[in-house]
Amino acid sequence: MADYKNEFGVFGERPKVEKKIFDRNKIIAGLVIFVVLITIPLWKNLGKSVAAPTPSLDTPVIKKLAEKEKKCIMPTDWMRANHMQMLIDWRENVVRTAEQKVTTSRGREFVSPDGKKYLASLTNTCLECHSNKAQFCDQCHNYAAVAPNCWGCHLETGKKLAEAK
Amino acid sequence: MLEKALVGTKRYYGLLALLAGLFALGFLFYLKQLHLGLSITGMGRDVSWGFYIAQFTYLVGVAASAVMVVLPYYLHNYKAFGRVTILGEFLAVSAVTMCILFITVDLGRPDRILNVLKYPTPNSVLFWDMVVLNGYLVLNLLIGWNVLECERHSVPPPKWLKPFIYLSIPWAVSIHTVTAFLYAGLPGRGYWLTAIMAPRFLASAFCAGPALLILLALLVRKYTKFDPGKEQIQTLAKIVTYALLINVFFFFCEVFTVFYSQIPDHMLHFQYLFAGIGGKGRLVPFMWFAIGGMTLTALFLVNPKLRKNETTLAALCGLVIITTYIDKGLGLISGGFIPNPLEQVTEYWPTVPEAIITLGVWAMGFLILTVLYKVAVSIKEEIKS
Amino acid sequence: MGIDRREFIRIAGLSTLLGLGGKGAFELLMPGRVDAEIVPKPEARKAKRWAMVVNQKKMDEHTAKKCIAACHRVHNVPNFTNPPNDKLELDPAVANRYQIKWIWTDHFHNAFPGEEQKYPQEHLAHMNFLLLCNQCNNPPCVRVCPTKATFQREDGIVMMDMHRCIGCRFCMAGCPFGSRSFNWKDPRPYIKETYPGYPTREIGVVEKCNFCAERLAQGLQPACVEVSGGTLIFGDLEDEKSQVREYLRKYFTIRRKAHLGTNPQVYYIV
Repeated sequence: MADYKNEFGVFGERPKVEKKIFDRNKIIAGLVIFVVLITIPLWKNLGKSVAAPTPSLDTPVIKKLAEKEKKCIMPTDWMRANHMQMLIDWRENVVRTAEQKVTTSRGREFVSPDGKKYLASLTNTCLECHSNKAQFCDQCHNYAAVAPNCWGCHLETGKKLAEAK
Repeated sequence: MLEKALVGTKRYYGLLALLAGLFALGFLFYLKQLHLGLSITGMGRDVSWGFYIAQFTYLVGVAASAVMVVLPYYLHNYKAFGRVTILGEFLAVSAVTMCILFITVDLGRPDRILNVLKYPTPNSVLFWDMVVLNGYLVLNLLIGWNVLECERHSVPPPKWLKPFIYLSIPWAVSIHTVTAFLYAGLPGRGYWLTAIMAPRFLASAFCAGPALLILLALLVRKYTKFDPGKEQIQTLAKIVTYALLINVFFFFCEVFTVFYSQIPDHMLHFQYLFAGIGGKGRLVPFMWFAIGGMTLTALFLVNPKLRKNETTLAALCGLVIITTYIDKGLGLISGGFIPNPLEQVTEYWPTVPEAIITLGVWAMGFLILTVLYKVAVSIKEEIKS
Repeated sequence: MGIDRREFIRIAGLSTLLGLGGKGAFELLMPGRVDAEIVPKPEARKAKRWAMVVNQKKMDEHTAKKCIAACHRVHNVPNFTNPPNDKLELDPAVANRYQIKWIWTDHFHNAFPGEEQKYPQEHLAHMNFLLLCNQCNNPPCVRVCPTKATFQREDGIVMMDMHRCIGCRFCMAGCPFGSRSFNWKDPRPYIKETYPGYPTREIGVVEKCNFCAERLAQGLQPACVEVSGGTLIFGDLEDEKSQVREYLRKYFTIRRKAHLGTNPQVYYIV
């Protein structure tokens, strides 16, 4: 510790001054209110429980799929963890990036690990099968309090479904 | 030193409350704009920049004018300006803050403003505008605060501050040059595509800014115990005079080039501003008032008797501010966009929500100015006693 | 006790900045990537430099209207002058301010200002020129965009990235042809029938014709070209055997404001 010399001399020699808090009650009241407010997330929802999200796969297109075909373009676990990054990659590739293998027209087709090709489109690929956004996408998004703003521009009804209607 | 801003007269608190109230009102309308989009303004497909960008352009000039007090004092040892450099620097801080706020309220997607930092684009003048404006804000805060604090403790400013002070001088010129380059490099806008855009901007900045500084100095002298000084105000008045004369001269240069060459494309914009096209000429009376006013004011300011009398000087400074504001605020933007690239005329006028949001930003700027000036003036008063 | 209050605040501030900045820098410098491929469709149309020739000799009001309707339909362009719902009716001056048009018609003296004469060729006097983004080869709008939200692809198309646009409208000021529109208002209520093959836009972004890049990637013609019945010719400028080059060889063509050096790639046969 450096030498701390003030007008009373070196630290150790400071004279004993009676410590006094001014407005003690106001300060304690303020601190209590602050602690109560700042810990609201911890105690406000005590005892309440929110049901786990139940995304539903009950859509006309999925029902029509044969048993063998009833899978997403990537495995479910992978999708759950990575669909956000995958959509961003699709966006970058379709609109902007020149992938090394792509020259003039931007990449539009996503190649899944089992070799199948899908159009890289949120509305026209993902939402073709998962046409029930409120019972599927929103279930987990609402639970996790996430609000992706894709839907301001990207439509919820894909081409095939729109034509079917 | 900020503690000086927390205590003051009832008038001081009243002013802060009024400005805070106006800012809150502007903020409420801004929330409405966030929800409904820029459709609540008067802008449209043809006139896609309007009141907000006009205020930004004018205020960048006011901010740049701080160099007019810094340069004589630090570079040429004009000791008299020692009293007013802090006023100039704090005015610059307030003006640049308003500029940044006006750009933010003008954006269609302010939530994406960080994209300018995430994807830097050196070929875009707007990128450099962001760089120089923020840099200037930091520079002036750093310099002003440190010099004031050292003055308070009667010590010379630290050596490391000197390079920053020297940097702030060309930097001030650069902020307004970059803003002029926003306009002057666009091939499709004949009114703006002129090499004299940057010089004209600087000339009008160097008369509007010091004129505002004179008015603020007179107010400071009237309402506080700190007197910026008669000699200082007179020197500023001389700066305003010469800058205004140059500004008027530049304008006549533009008029000559356009009308002597008789190129229709360039003449059309001046015709719209000063005569109207096809019956549409909202700005005609304003523009004549601005140019006529600027010329007359310049001639009056040449007269030393009118300059030495501080009442007439204050009136003339007010005129300088109003006329340069109309020329750079209303005339520049509308003149550039009207007629549009297809030679059609769509007029522009700000709407009430647009005006209230603008007022809110001005209120925030003056709030910052009041607080900073209170600190500066209190310290100066403290030093004297 | 070596630290006083000032020193403490200084250290705390710097640490916070470093901590936050460090995290941010980490995410910026090492964004996650998904290990999967995205490839172009085999039928995608490729070119070295896309260009369009508008045969105004064959163009008529009816064809122009069809082209505009097709483009605005497949791109969900809102209609503010004739809204789908009477309650959304706007004052004509206001609707004119908000209007969004990717392709439209105008007369000769508007399309080619400065080129008009007092006694023009008869059929030129009332001709409706079909105007759109010229997809310039030296685009000023790309030069001024601060985020590269509008950028030029290698095949010449000047693209809009609606995800990145901050709505500063510098590109609108920079365009010498008035081809760009801004979303002043939420467009969705003003779209009669949404076309699912292309998104709509939100308030606050700029949009313009993109030479139907999304249709080219599927191997289709641009929407306007498809319905134009041969009045619009679209192809690769750098391919000597393309129809575009054939027409440029055969006919005299003019471009809008060519002297400005933006190198527009829409040619008009007058």
